[in-house]
Amino acid sequence: MYNEKVMDHFENPRNHGEIADADGIGEVVSPDCGDVLKLYLVVEDDVIVDVRCQTFGCGAAIAASSMATELIRGKTLEEAWQVSDQDVVRALDGLPPKKEHCSVLAEEAIHLAINDYRVRQGLEPWGDVVRDLGHEHED
Amino acid sequence: MDTETRLVYMDHAATTAARADVVEAMVPYMTEQFGNPSSLYDVAKVSREAVARARDQVAASIGAEPDEIFFTSGGTESDNWALKGVAFAHRGKGNHIITSAVEHHAITHTCAWLESQGFAVTYLPVDGYGMVDPVDVEAAITPETILISVMMANNEVGTIQPVAAIGAIARKHGVLFHTDAVQAAGHIPIDVQAMHIDLLSLSGHKFHGPKGTGALYIRKGVQIDPLMHGGAQERGMRAGTENVPGIVGMGLALSLANAEMAEQTKRMTALRERLVSGLLAIPATRLNGHPTERLPNNVNVVFAYIEGESVLLLLNRRGIMASTGSACSSESGEPSPVLRACGVPNDMIHGSLRLTLGEETTEADVDYCVATVTEVVQRLRDLSPLTPAELRSTGN
Repeated sequence: MYNEKVMDHFENPRNHGEIADADGIGEVVSPDCGDVLKLYLVVEDDVIVDVRCQTFGCGAAIAASSMATELIRGKTLEEAWQVSDQDVVRALDGLPPKKEHCSVLAEEAIHLAINDYRVRQGLEPWGDVVRDLGHEHED
Repeated sequence: MDTETRLVYMDHAATTAARADVVEAMVPYMTEQFGNPSSLYDVAKVSREAVARARDQVAASIGAEPDEIFFTSGGTESDNWALKGVAFAHRGKGNHIITSAVEHHAITHTCAWLESQGFAVTYLPVDGYGMVDPVDVEAAITPETILISVMMANNEVGTIQPVAAIGAIARKHGVLFHTDAVQAAGHIPIDVQAMHIDLLSLSGHKFHGPKGTGALYIRKGVQIDPLMHGGAQERGMRAGTENVPGIVGMGLALSLANAEMAEQTKRMTALRERLVSGLLAIPATRLNGHPTERLPNNVNVVFAYIEGESVLLLLNRRGIMASTGSACSSESGEPSPVLRACGVPNDMIHGSLRLTLGEETTEADVDYCVATVTEVVQRLRDLSPLTPAELRSTGN
């Protein structure tokens, strides 16, 4: 069902665990299958310097969250915000169609974690404006 | 702890390998003795006699008469025929069918279709063990009721239903009683007379017979419309050239399973208990289904904080083949309706694992499963956000 890249991320998930005093935390629960993804960020000078994730879910969910952490590590918040579920699926060389919804959790968790950081810093949370208009966001 | 990977098939409820002696018995009927039983010439006579012998074997294993046994393509066809055949034959008398909330899809989906055709269906709830209460069956009967269908043993959680009591109630009220015995036949004793059963489905590939074979027992005198129209095979009740090699294989497999049942039950029950206690030693783990009124080879547990498909994938990498009732693993995207009906809570329902043993399963296989499952569960718990601190490995 899953290709070798997905199986690799599933059996050897990257960046798993939690961060005790994370700067931003995002937790998403899927209403359909009950999957849960929790993402922890450490942010310095607008850059994600550390990221960890914990996942409750199927092979695709675990692989998608692992890949998502790889895609946002070292990126600026703006760059990380743009990472989409399609990016995650592409990076995994594809998921079975029935499983693509597992990648959506990853995108949502990234957004929630970034916004959690922003709110803690006293900044406005980002909506979908940045993605829709393709604008560079200004703090 | 590093254990060498071994291949352990723990999904016998899904299907079993045909026994070597069964396969050997089947082959001639595909080659030299290939005759169509309906033909007049000598080579056909051999096929005809082989089918008759198989019919005797199946009848003897469930306490029926040979002419009450009709061969089909499997459990699904038998279930479809029993429900549709009785429903349409008795539509003049009534339109109500009673079944349970834990049946196989071949029953529930057929019932749903019958509802679309104007029949009313009651799906009886079950207790926490997945067991139907005969009192509920009796309470659901109305003057419109024409059929009760309750499975003999559940494929997911292994619970054995009180079919004799249900059969007695059905008989008392003059309602026909069908039971899906697909998981039961060859595994637990069946006596259609003592259990007051009017119709019964069974399937060859669940007791080391070939796939694509099954039977429907229909008590003499029961009115039922055929499902398959065409030639006059099976006394005009089920058209289609008989699957002679399949029928021969199924008859032999069932008769061997019955002959070995007492010994296998003892052996498998002991292995099952060894597996159950090994798995229940893992914290935050619960057994699904009845602890004792249960198929000798069925184990079904649920692990908190982790999801079933990921358990299966890791087990598969280590050579263990099993199944789960999680939403992620199902065609529908919904968690198992059987586990739901048993009241398994939402926060545990996705972490189920079903292991079903077979004739070839050994104690070493069981111990390997316990060790591997323990390790896999811990790995996944270390990845999960839901795991409480005291259940994490250090450093996780």
